[in-house]
Amino acid sequence: MADEALFLLLHNEMVSGVYKSAEQGEVENGRCITKLENMGFRVGQGLIERFTKDTARFKDELDIMKFICKDFWTTVFKKQIDNLRTNHQGIYVLQDNKFRLLTQMSAGKQYLEHASKYLAFTCGLIRGGLSNLGIKSIVTAEVSSMPA
Amino acid sequence: MAVCVAVIAKENYPLYIRSIPTENELKFHYMVHTSLDVVDEKISAMGKALVDQRELYLGLLYPTEDYKVYGYVTNSKVKFVMVVDSSNTALRDNEIRSMFRKLHNSYTDVMCNPFYNPGDRIQSRWTKRMLRVLASSGHS
Repeated sequence: MADEALFLLLHNEMVSGVYKSAEQGEVENGRCITKLENMGFRVGQGLIERFTKDTARFKDELDIMKFICKDFWTTVFKKQIDNLRTNHQGIYVLQDNKFRLLTQMSAGKQYLEHASKYLAFTCGLIRGGLSNLGIKSIVTAEVSSMPA
Repeated sequence: MAVCVAVIAKENYPLYIRSIPTENELKFHYMVHTSLDVVDEKISAMGKALVDQRELYLGLLYPTEDYKVYGYVTNSKVKFVMVVDSSNTALRDNEIRSMFRKLHNSYTDVMCNPFYNPGDRIQSRWTKRMLRVLASSGHS
C-alpha cells in the first residue's frame, strides 16, 4: 500500500533534514535527537487523542501498555509488538523483531550507530502518547541487530 | 437547551468555557467548578461501581432546581461539562451523548492543530463551532 512507503520515506527525509540544518556543534551534542524526539512527542499527543476517542476507559497502566502494543502499533506500523515484558514496578520492555522504519537499511553491523537517530521520533511518539494518557515516562530504544 | 459548555484539562483548569446567556456567567463558572468534584468521585469509584466502567460518558452529575449538569471524561483525562436548562425536558440522554461526541471530535481536531500547544486556552474558530453546537441542541 502506498501510504506505508510514504511515512517511511518522509521519516527518513526528516531525520536527514534535521541533521543537515543542525549547526556544527549540535551534531555531537545529540540535540538533533532531542529535536526529533520532541517532534514525536507532539505528534504522539495528537495521535493518542484520535485513537482513544472511541475506545473504552483504561483500567490501569498495564491496560494502557497493552493498548500501545496492539492498537497503537498496528495503526502506526501495521503490525503488533512481538513481545511485552514488565517487572510490575514500572518498567516495560517492548520488543519488535522487525521494526518497520529500519527494515530498509542493510542487515549487519554497518549502520548500527546511526540507527538511534531513526528511533528518536518513535520514542517521542510513545512518550507523547503516554503523557497524554497521564503517565510520565522515559522511553529509550535499543537496537541489537539489524533489521530489528 | 444547553446553556453552558466547558472543557477542563487534566490538571483541572479550564481550557474553554462559554455560556449562552452572557449575563450571570460567574454562576455557571462556579457550577462547573463544583461539578469537577463529582466527576472525580465518579472516576475514582469506577473500580468498585457496578455501572459500566468502560464508558466515557458519565451521565447526569447533579441536578439543581434550574439546571442539570452532565459530564464526560476522555481517556486523556480531559473533562467536558455541560449545563442544561431543566425546563427543556425533551432533551433525552441520547441527545446529550451525541452532543458530547461532537465536542470530543472537535477537541480531537484542536489537538491535532499544529499551532495549538496542549495546555493553552482554546481560542480558534472552535468557539464559533461550539456555539453552533449549543444553539443547534436547543432546536433539534
